[in-house]
Amino acid sequence: MAGRAGSGAGMVEGARWRKWVFFYVPLTFFVVGTLFPFYWMLVTAFRPDGELYRPWRAVNNTPFWTTHPTVEHVLYLFQQTMFATWLWNTMFIAIVSTIISLFCGLLAGYALARLRFPLAGGLGTGIFVTYLVPPTLLFIPLADIIRDFRLGDTPWSLILTYPTFLIPFCTWLMMGYFKTIPKELEECARIDGASRLRAMVQIIFPIATPGILSAGIFAFTLSWNEFIYALVFLSSPQQKTVPVGVVSELIRGDVFFWGPLMAGALLGSIPVALIYSFFVEHYVAGLTGAVKG
Amino acid sequence: MSEARRRPIAGGAGGATEAARLTTLPREATSMGPIARLLEDERVLGFLLLVPTVVLLGLFIAYPFVKGVWLSLTSATVGNPGQFLGLSNYIKIWNDSIFQRAAYNTFVYTAIATVGKLTLGMWLALLLNRHFRGKRLVRASMLLPFIVPTVLSTFAWKWMFDPTFSVLNWTLYHFGFIQTRIGWLTDPAMALGSVIVVNIWRGMPFYAITLLAGLQTVNPELHEAAALDGATAWQRFWRITWPLLLPVTMVVTLFSVIQTFADFQLVYVLTGGGPANATHLFATYAYQIGINTGLLGEGAAVSLAMFPMLFIIVVIQLWYIRRVEGA
Repeated sequence: MAGRAGSGAGMVEGARWRKWVFFYVPLTFFVVGTLFPFYWMLVTAFRPDGELYRPWRAVNNTPFWTTHPTVEHVLYLFQQTMFATWLWNTMFIAIVSTIISLFCGLLAGYALARLRFPLAGGLGTGIFVTYLVPPTLLFIPLADIIRDFRLGDTPWSLILTYPTFLIPFCTWLMMGYFKTIPKELEECARIDGASRLRAMVQIIFPIATPGILSAGIFAFTLSWNEFIYALVFLSSPQQKTVPVGVVSELIRGDVFFWGPLMAGALLGSIPVALIYSFFVEHYVAGLTGAVKG
Repeated sequence: MSEARRRPIAGGAGGATEAARLTTLPREATSMGPIARLLEDERVLGFLLLVPTVVLLGLFIAYPFVKGVWLSLTSATVGNPGQFLGLSNYIKIWNDSIFQRAAYNTFVYTAIATVGKLTLGMWLALLLNRHFRGKRLVRASMLLPFIVPTVLSTFAWKWMFDPTFSVLNWTLYHFGFIQTRIGWLTDPAMALGSVIVVNIWRGMPFYAITLLAGLQTVNPELHEAAALDGATAWQRFWRITWPLLLPVTMVVTLFSVIQTFADFQLVYVLTGGGPANATHLFATYAYQIGINTGLLGEGAAVSLAMFPMLFIIVVIQLWYIRRVEGA
């Protein structure tokens, strides 16, 4: 069936109906299944409350579109909640923790890929193992530590902890990248009198720019999406990130404000989706490099 | 992978001119100070470059881990260090029926979601590996569930699963499949299944895109030769594609198993562990006990209960990577 995929366009494809059954129909199914929740988010965000809360079997229920689009939910977000602040917090935290992680990951990746020193193997394995530690394993003791360090309810609680899952990934990705750069480039520079540090910063890092970009974009999306640390470490509304703010401020008890919730979900996804759309190839390179190294 | 492999070569040209520019700089080696000389030593420089990483990971991974083990052996609550209890937290959770349910759920959740993501991801990768109009756009949009903040997209699912306003029920009803509504998240028999569906939806693109990158390295001539010899598409998949893709598949699956096993967000948003604790996972139960109730010691014990399984997966992962690299 779909196993003929590898054959490419040059092959004889058989009857036309086969292509429909084994290619177009499943592909359509994947596209619709993948994108429908986003469509649903979009429709809900612009649907007036009166239409939103019609029981599922109501005769006048037209779930898939609205004839009276409204921006009331978006206005509610910006006027009645601190959504703009959450956006700014998320952006700030994601950018700073990405920069810290890139800095650490670049240096560590270079050292592990290029330099020989005692314990290099052990440290490399150690960093790889931390890569595999899920945040949910450590959030309880970390919450305690954040309190001890008096970082609770500040952006720094996240800026300093997000690198724990970003650095291992950046290091791993950069290591793989540095290994593809021929050693001769540095050796040439060193013969001409450049120091190791200078050869690294001026010769190798510029060549590694695409790798750095991939790691940076991937790290940014990961920190934008992070949830459990933000949920546990932040408490006041003006400190929250978008995912936590939406969860905690748009649900009151058992009441879900579905219009603003979906508008918030939509607007909170747009920055990261935009960055992604500009750098799809870099993101994919980061993603595949993340597992392959 | 193909992107990552291709780029350094493209960048190499720029690097060469960079090197050429540097050759015109004055020689510095003769006038090096003591610090500069120290930095020339691979061992010193290697350590120095690793300092920031080791400090951050030590402070926020190694230390919390040790502290977590310690907490799990005490009766600590928020703001109160508690007393040393030995293993009694572990004995307590071992006999706790909700914990047992959470453990069972976690294994079921991980197993079914992983098989689902791998199967669908492989299928989608094979589809995307063909040539068709709009391929780039389709490929890019397929990754959306993976890049959009999970909590936010999960709310769209929660709204789709809403007991009173569910669009899924509306659709099924209008196509004549159901007469009464389905309680996707409110029916204890359905809830875990619904959560698994969302997990598959979210994680499948990761498989598809990484497997697609692997597929692009498979030489099409192999398929052509096999097709000429009369191999069916099904045979070609199992005899050529699958074995060649196995290393990528292994690594992707192990990564994803860890993430799925330790999942929190989906359940937290969709059900909060309910109805009647039917969907608790290790992580959500640890949150409920450790953060909501404030029993740090017991909560730490619940989350550390994940450790043996994670440890086994990490060991397999390390062993497998060594073996592939050694080969």
